[in-house]
Amino acid sequence: MTEAGFKVLVAGSAAGELLCLSEPLSLWGGLDPETGLIVDRSHPQLGQSVTGAIIVMPHGRGSSSSSSVLAEALRLGTGPAGFVLESPDSILVIGSLVANRLYGAMCPIVCGTLPEGSTGTWMINHNSVAPLPGPGPGA
Amino acid sequence: MELLVAVGESEDAPGLLDISASHIDGGLYHGQAGLDFALSLVGDGARVVVPTTLNVSSLDLLHPQLYRGDNETAAAARRLMDAYVAMGCTPSWTCAPYQLAQRPRLGDQIAWGESNAIVFANSVLGARTARYGDFLDICCALTGRAPAVGLHTDEGRLATLRVDLQVPDVLLDDDLLYPVLGHLLGQVAGTEVAVIVGLDHRAGDDRLKALGAAAASSGAVAMFHATGVTPEASTLEVATGGHAPRRSVIVEVDDLTRARASLNHGEGPLGAISVGTPHFSVGELATLATMVEGLSTRVPFYVNTSRDALSQAETTGSSRAIEDFGATIVTDTCTYITPIMGDVTGVVMTNSAKWAFYAPANLGVDVVFAGLDACVASAVSGELEIGDSW
Repeated sequence: MTEAGFKVLVAGSAAGELLCLSEPLSLWGGLDPETGLIVDRSHPQLGQSVTGAIIVMPHGRGSSSSSSVLAEALRLGTGPAGFVLESPDSILVIGSLVANRLYGAMCPIVCGTLPEGSTGTWMINHNSVAPLPGPGPGA
Repeated sequence: MELLVAVGESEDAPGLLDISASHIDGGLYHGQAGLDFALSLVGDGARVVVPTTLNVSSLDLLHPQLYRGDNETAAAARRLMDAYVAMGCTPSWTCAPYQLAQRPRLGDQIAWGESNAIVFANSVLGARTARYGDFLDICCALTGRAPAVGLHTDEGRLATLRVDLQVPDVLLDDDLLYPVLGHLLGQVAGTEVAVIVGLDHRAGDDRLKALGAAAASSGAVAMFHATGVTPEASTLEVATGGHAPRRSVIVEVDDLTRARASLNHGEGPLGAISVGTPHFSVGELATLATMVEGLSTRVPFYVNTSRDALSQAETTGSSRAIEDFGATIVTDTCTYITPIMGDVTGVVMTNSAKWAFYAPANLGVDVVFAGLDACVASAVSGELEIGDSW
């Protein structure tokens, strides 16, 4: 099963465990770039790590400083592997592009909808998003 | 320009348009990445080509003794501030650039960062800006261009969500209604443009500021209309472009009560009070000065404002009255983004839904949200006093 036809917001490829956020997260005030942990106390996934994960969320939220926080997390190696968003978000896009320009970090961002209940390790490759074969239940 | 084009392409923008002003959020220090980016631009000799104001930073340059963080971070934060000034930005250091004398007008195309400023510019001024994040805002300022998409276009500004406010009329006189309604709006609207039906002339600039700031914190709201109040919503039909809204919601007192309760994160002894997020206007400073005349606070009381508003308040004497009350006036930055308050024992009270939303994670404090009058009453008694009806 490959979900193709995703809109490419930031090109690249990446693999990681899906982290499906039940509510949008403002990275600024919501993510600690030093640790990669979600620190927004009102967020359902408080305390979870985004490091190396593919974050799935409907759209961005909140502060325009989220670009800086994403770039800083990517610089420190605590950032996510990529994003799957349901609607484009230029704040995340510019954060990823700048981290690539300054540090060569890769954090692809695509726009589209994954099947309900998707879990496990997935791979973003340009405009396709597919589960990786493995022992996980979502493969 | 490359970055700008890449972002424009990600949004399917047909091209770029000219902008007449910019407001930069990139001067607040979040780590080495932001500084590396700014210094690389300065190293390339970059200069802004449109009038460009600067958002809050990490330091209060007028009152440097207030900063309690480490020297290394302070030095990096100062280098970041200097870098943006070196690119030709005006050192306004405020999250409320719409309170400065030179503010955009109806129909102006601009590129603003800072979520509360974005929503105010679009909604209350009728100027046109998308949600520009750090880095992208300075790219626009350096090129004088922005992607011609979304809120920059007539179509992108039409309301698709209708919000009917059905509450007793007397509530519209209460300052507290506006941030609470905004907090709820952000949760309901997400990224959609909403039109609120049920507000009236009592929703002045300061109240709309509080509404928008809350909505841009709990959601990704970059614009709202209020029929008969905001400049692009003389009627419901004008706000929606004559189209039927995709969604409609009704907001009643119970909804507001729940939204308000969700902003309170703690109980316990009163440790400190912080007001002025977004930065207090000259009018709000004057109101506070009148309320606190002859009184004194028993707990640390912080008032965030801009250096521009402070200089006007110094002329009228309202800043003196606030200081005589025992409050600390903070400029250029804000108490929820930088270490100013120190270790607080007990809860912090605020009249800002935005502060209540972000401070628990940023500062590790518990927050009680209430009106300015309750904040002042609590300051005087030294204990939490939140007496009111809804």
